[in-house]
Amino acid sequence: MATAIEACVHCGFCLPACPTYLELGEEMDSPRGRIFLMKEVLEGSLTTDAAAPYVDRCLGCLGCVTACPSGVEYDALITLYRARAERTRKRGIASRVLRAMLLRTLPYPFRFRWALRFSMWFRPLLRWMPGRFGALTQLVPQQIPSAVVLPECMTAQGPQRGRVAMLSGCAQQVLAPEINMATMRVLAVNGIEVVVPPEQVCCGALAAHTGAMQDARRMAEKNIEVFPHDVDAVITNAAGCGSGLKEYPMWLRGESRAASEFSTRALDVSEYLCDIGIKDPPAWEGTLRVAYHDACHLVHGQQVRNSPREILRRIPGVQLVEIPESDLCCGSAGTYSLEQPELANSLGERKAKAILSTEPDVVVMGNIGCMTQVDVHLRNLASSLRVRHTVELLDAAYRGTLGEIKGG
Amino acid sequence: MADPFYRALCSIYPKERVFWKEAEVLPYESDGLTAFRAKPKGIVLPLSADEVVKTVSLCSAEDVPFLARGSGTSLSGGAVPVEGGLVIAMNRLDRILEYVPDERRMVVEPGVINAKISTHCEADGLYYAPDPSSGPVCTVGGNVAFNSGGAHCLKYGMTSNHVLGLKIVLPTGEIQELGGSSLEHCGPDLTGMFVGSEGLFGIALEITVRLLPKPESFFTVIAAYSSLAEAGHAVSLLVASGLLPGAVEIMDALTMEAAHAAVGAEYPEGAAAVLIVELEGLSEEVEAEKPLLLSLLAQSGSFDIRPAKNAEERMTIWKGRKSAFSAAGRLSPDFIVQDGVVPRSRLGEALEEITAISERHGIRVANVFHAGDGNLHPLILYDGRVEGSYEKAEQCAAEILRLCIALGGSITGEHGVGLEKLSYLSEMYGPEDTQFMHRLRDAVDPKRLSNRGKMLASSEAPALMTPGLHPLEKEGIIFRN
Repeated sequence: MATAIEACVHCGFCLPACPTYLELGEEMDSPRGRIFLMKEVLEGSLTTDAAAPYVDRCLGCLGCVTACPSGVEYDALITLYRARAERTRKRGIASRVLRAMLLRTLPYPFRFRWALRFSMWFRPLLRWMPGRFGALTQLVPQQIPSAVVLPECMTAQGPQRGRVAMLSGCAQQVLAPEINMATMRVLAVNGIEVVVPPEQVCCGALAAHTGAMQDARRMAEKNIEVFPHDVDAVITNAAGCGSGLKEYPMWLRGESRAASEFSTRALDVSEYLCDIGIKDPPAWEGTLRVAYHDACHLVHGQQVRNSPREILRRIPGVQLVEIPESDLCCGSAGTYSLEQPELANSLGERKAKAILSTEPDVVVMGNIGCMTQVDVHLRNLASSLRVRHTVELLDAAYRGTLGEIKGG
Repeated sequence: MADPFYRALCSIYPKERVFWKEAEVLPYESDGLTAFRAKPKGIVLPLSADEVVKTVSLCSAEDVPFLARGSGTSLSGGAVPVEGGLVIAMNRLDRILEYVPDERRMVVEPGVINAKISTHCEADGLYYAPDPSSGPVCTVGGNVAFNSGGAHCLKYGMTSNHVLGLKIVLPTGEIQELGGSSLEHCGPDLTGMFVGSEGLFGIALEITVRLLPKPESFFTVIAAYSSLAEAGHAVSLLVASGLLPGAVEIMDALTMEAAHAAVGAEYPEGAAAVLIVELEGLSEEVEAEKPLLLSLLAQSGSFDIRPAKNAEERMTIWKGRKSAFSAAGRLSPDFIVQDGVVPRSRLGEALEEITAISERHGIRVANVFHAGDGNLHPLILYDGRVEGSYEKAEQCAAEILRLCIALGGSITGEHGVGLEKLSYLSEMYGPEDTQFMHRLRDAVDPKRLSNRGKMLASSEAPALMTPGLHPLEKEGIIFRN
């Protein structure tokens, strides 16, 4: 942590990249302000609890990492700091209950599905719950898609070009199981065999980013153990998870060689597809205006900016448009929208408006968290714009169903 | 909270915009220059000019010194709080009040970000010329206070050349309008007096800026040299030729290394220094100047001349240049950035001497600066954790500043005196000159409340008038972080 703090020269280049600074305009709610506070806490001149409100308000979007000319490793700093702070801080009862609830349901698809069902039944009651608990209801979908059992293996179509293992994600499996199916189909069409290790667990990003480092380490170790070593890549289709897999060496304190090897194999599906070069989708006569939203954990967390755009450009009829303020977080940020609903809502609305200003037929992104958040805020603005994953659009192109996406 | 001043502020602001807790105050203790820190009483975050005026009136009535702060990017300690004073954070007064493209004029609040002006008028083919490297971050209010420059002020002048009028609140709480909406007005240039006064004359509430038509065409070239001095001599040659490029910048090997790491900018291999020259204007003009520039560069001994092939390459060159200060964090945990000016005919000489000073002290000095107007920015690299290294860096910086004065230049080009160069002002000006400045200041701010302690040292504290470490620092009684 010391290296990251020393590298900060306090120049302020991070300010315009920070969503909370843009919203609040307060120095303690900026990256350099938080670095200042974390430094004081680590040096013992400020209590963890005094710094907590401002460190908690950090979305962990890592927009500042991209903006920083000095190369401050804020990503490692905030994750390790939160883990350390969690051991000493005093949380109120509401905060403890919410935290325990989230950490014990979200990473487990079975529990999460039941939690959602429960929330749907009791929606009218939950709406009257105070603050953060009330915010939960907003994110409960109108209906829960039926569970999809993923095949353990999907063979390549045509001559095999590679073999990958897929992380199936946790919340995403429940909220949008079709994304995993689309990913597998797209890979198979491109001559890639996909295996889905059945013993895999949640990647642990959710736990790590909220300071529950013990849980995160346990999950990381389990995944390193159960994922096969003889694959070309470990594929994820959720930005948050991909970023998590790439952080395994940091979580495991850089001591585990297996973690380093595992994380070098971890790739976002768009990265992998671009690397191997995708098959041209069949011709399509229509046109589709596509707005691409940069998920923070792709663009800032993994520096994946061009790959998804390249893929989208390869789809016939697609007219790719850029969203204003594309580097700015949508406010989803894992469990942030539940813990800091006011800021999350304000950022969500700002993002939804920016997307609508480009007048697209569909908005596309590579992260389930963003998809949920953007969808909620588009609906709040009475828009029926569709939200899709990048691979879903490519899948539709291969299957000749682009017309359905446009059609409404 | 028992403090009656706090209670009085709470009658102007809702509690959420008055910061008094330790964790709220700490992050405001320093600006872009971390060598200085001071603890304010508290911070207020106004959303309207009216709140600012009320705050200043209250400070005046209660004798509380105050500082107006924008984005806190000052490189001279200009936005370091007044110890025990109030910080008025102006960054949320960020509205564009009036935009008249036909008259190439915009009225903005002081918290508007520099780069936002140009973005706002881009569609009409207009832009705001002053372009400090921190343009995407710094506020116009701060630019006005410190008369900020930037790479392109070689051709277009500093902030003072682009501010037409101001509405200000004086340190006594009275509202005053200076200048107007065009360059021509009668009477003394009071706008000019306010711009660059480092916050001593009060706080700007509204700023009328001049907009220029965007240059039609650019020609940006990187020229490599095998020594820093050689690049310096090349600048003298360019200036003497009568050519007036939009910008002429120098970066040395260390800064190129940092900028490469930060934004991936590529520079010619083996270059000890590069010159970045940009011609801009009407296409015909640029085309006509091109051959002259290229022949001058060849004549000056450049071993590799690389014109930017497209807009993207040009952007990368500028991104590398403009991130250089912050990127220096990759070279060293701490650094002092200097801002001296030398006559352009003596640039090569000055650079040779800086290299010698650096070697004599055994301290690395990175150079990246606005060569075209002789504005040096040596970055003196040190490691604050090593005992005595700050003092050594400080000595090195002092010698460089004295060199600038000796060569007939100035101690500051665009960063201002602030806290950092406070003690050198008396070397630059005679006692009569500084006394006149004090008298002027006292006429505007009799209680010396506005940004007290910056630019003009209080004559009551002679220790502040002498260069080097504060006597109490030398004794080990007080420390800088």
